[in-house]
Amino acid sequence: MLRDRKVSAREVATAFLDRAESTRELYGAYLHIDREWTLSQADAAQAKLDNGTAGPLTGVPVAIKDNISTAGQPTTCASKILDGYIPPYDATSMAKLKEAGLVAVGKTNLDEFAMGASNENSSAFPAKNPWDISRVPGGSSGGSAAAVAGRTAPVSLGSDTGGSIRQPAALCGIVGFKPTYGRVSRYGLVAFGSSLDQIGPMAHTVSDAALLAQAISGYDDRDATSLQMPSIDASRVQEGSIKGKRIAVPKELFAQGAEPGVLEAVHRAMDQLRAAGVEFVEVSVPEIELGVTTYYIIAPAEASSNLARFDGIRYGPRMEATGHVGTVAATRGQLFGHEVKARIMIGTYVLSAGYYDAFYLRAQQLRGKMAAHLDEVLQGCDAIIGPTSPVVAFPLGGLSQDPMAMKLVDYCTIPANMGGFPAISMPCGLSEGLPVGLQLMGRVTEDEALLQLAWQVEQALGPQAQPNLGLTQ
Amino acid sequence: MGITREEVLHVAQLARLQLQDHEIDAYQLELNELLGHFEDLSAVDVTGLEPKPHAVSLTNAWDEDVVRAGLTRDQALSNAPAQKAGLFIVPTILED
Repeated sequence: MLRDRKVSAREVATAFLDRAESTRELYGAYLHIDREWTLSQADAAQAKLDNGTAGPLTGVPVAIKDNISTAGQPTTCASKILDGYIPPYDATSMAKLKEAGLVAVGKTNLDEFAMGASNENSSAFPAKNPWDISRVPGGSSGGSAAAVAGRTAPVSLGSDTGGSIRQPAALCGIVGFKPTYGRVSRYGLVAFGSSLDQIGPMAHTVSDAALLAQAISGYDDRDATSLQMPSIDASRVQEGSIKGKRIAVPKELFAQGAEPGVLEAVHRAMDQLRAAGVEFVEVSVPEIELGVTTYYIIAPAEASSNLARFDGIRYGPRMEATGHVGTVAATRGQLFGHEVKARIMIGTYVLSAGYYDAFYLRAQQLRGKMAAHLDEVLQGCDAIIGPTSPVVAFPLGGLSQDPMAMKLVDYCTIPANMGGFPAISMPCGLSEGLPVGLQLMGRVTEDEALLQLAWQVEQALGPQAQPNLGLTQ
Repeated sequence: MGITREEVLHVAQLARLQLQDHEIDAYQLELNELLGHFEDLSAVDVTGLEPKPHAVSLTNAWDEDVVRAGLTRDQALSNAPAQKAGLFIVPTILED
């Protein structure tokens, strides 16, 4: 429609902006919307459409998680410690979106500094699940998931450290893709766990996610961990057949407190895939069971170091107190939220003298063992399958009093981050009327093969249920 | 093994986090629960296992030795809560 010029980029942007603004309280998906900013990008996109330099996504609106730096627009990580912060530069992923002519609708809600699985740790307000607004959208990219599921933007960007793209995608019934670590530049992404963080797309279909991944990926010399590889190639995603594919089924992904309804939905999907010619291979990867514990040493350790930069000196508000240390401690103590402080303290503790070998070093050794085992499984199979989340969307407040239960929600997604594996969540039916996510994990750097397989799975599973948003077509 | 209230305060001091009294109690409970789970790891034999510090191993990511524009001074200072004469102003570090 945009390329045929039946509608203008401005008309499309305005329609999505109107919906994003009218549902702002309902979904809590956006922390920041600036119509002028969005419309100026729409005009830039229109110029590309008019002069023949448009790409496949030119003029398409996109919602941006608020831990991705946007020049001249607030980037708060849903934290009071970044209240009023306006980055002077764009993250590489944001710059690439602009270059491709996408149009940012606004900055989306998240758990503070991307730490959480329900979006309830936002210092602003919780985001809500468009399937049922009394339930969480998942997290930490809850706003980006709700924005897409609630049709306020066709696609969005999230970030994934232990499942923060895939888990909310699962809980909101959309597709969420975490590329191989290093394929999307982390430059301008506010760092949480630097060895785990990866930016990725959220969308309604695998093909849309692949196009967005193509737009944001590629080598970037401003990120020392960026892989020297070309952008993810989306051109061959819609090819091939699932017949004859071998997919590994680690029994450990189907245990550990998963809801029966979730397991049933995943098994039903696997039956459909088996009927379409997939061969499932049962495997055991016992290291998966230690994943959450290992993650809660490594991620907080890295976070405690990364978040040391928030000291009220170079950016953010400052709480006055006596002396330098007193001022820094007062600023951090008052402006970081509960979960962020908890993780900074865990990280500081496991890195402190006398505990480093017992916790941090040991966690790294187990991380290596888990990654090597998963890699070995993937050498003999096309992918690893399992549920994305052991639970469907839970009621707001349902787990917030039980920190350990909240952490276990990431049980199925953490293994991919540990080894940098690409992984994707896609809808596979309902449990109790709420969406269930199916996760596929692929070989490191073979993002294209994983996306192609996911597209084939999407075709085999057929159309998925949609939430009732009260919209008329 | 358990973490004491004093240890919580010590860790908070190391991390430059000023805590309220009720927070200290809450974090003591929370950290102790998590440390209990960390104990699961000590039962695993890690002899001979290589630590993996990163998701995808890279060595020596060299940059070209060329001058490149960074932030201007005004841009770098644009978010500072206190600044003067092109400098970040910090609270007194040395007492008289």
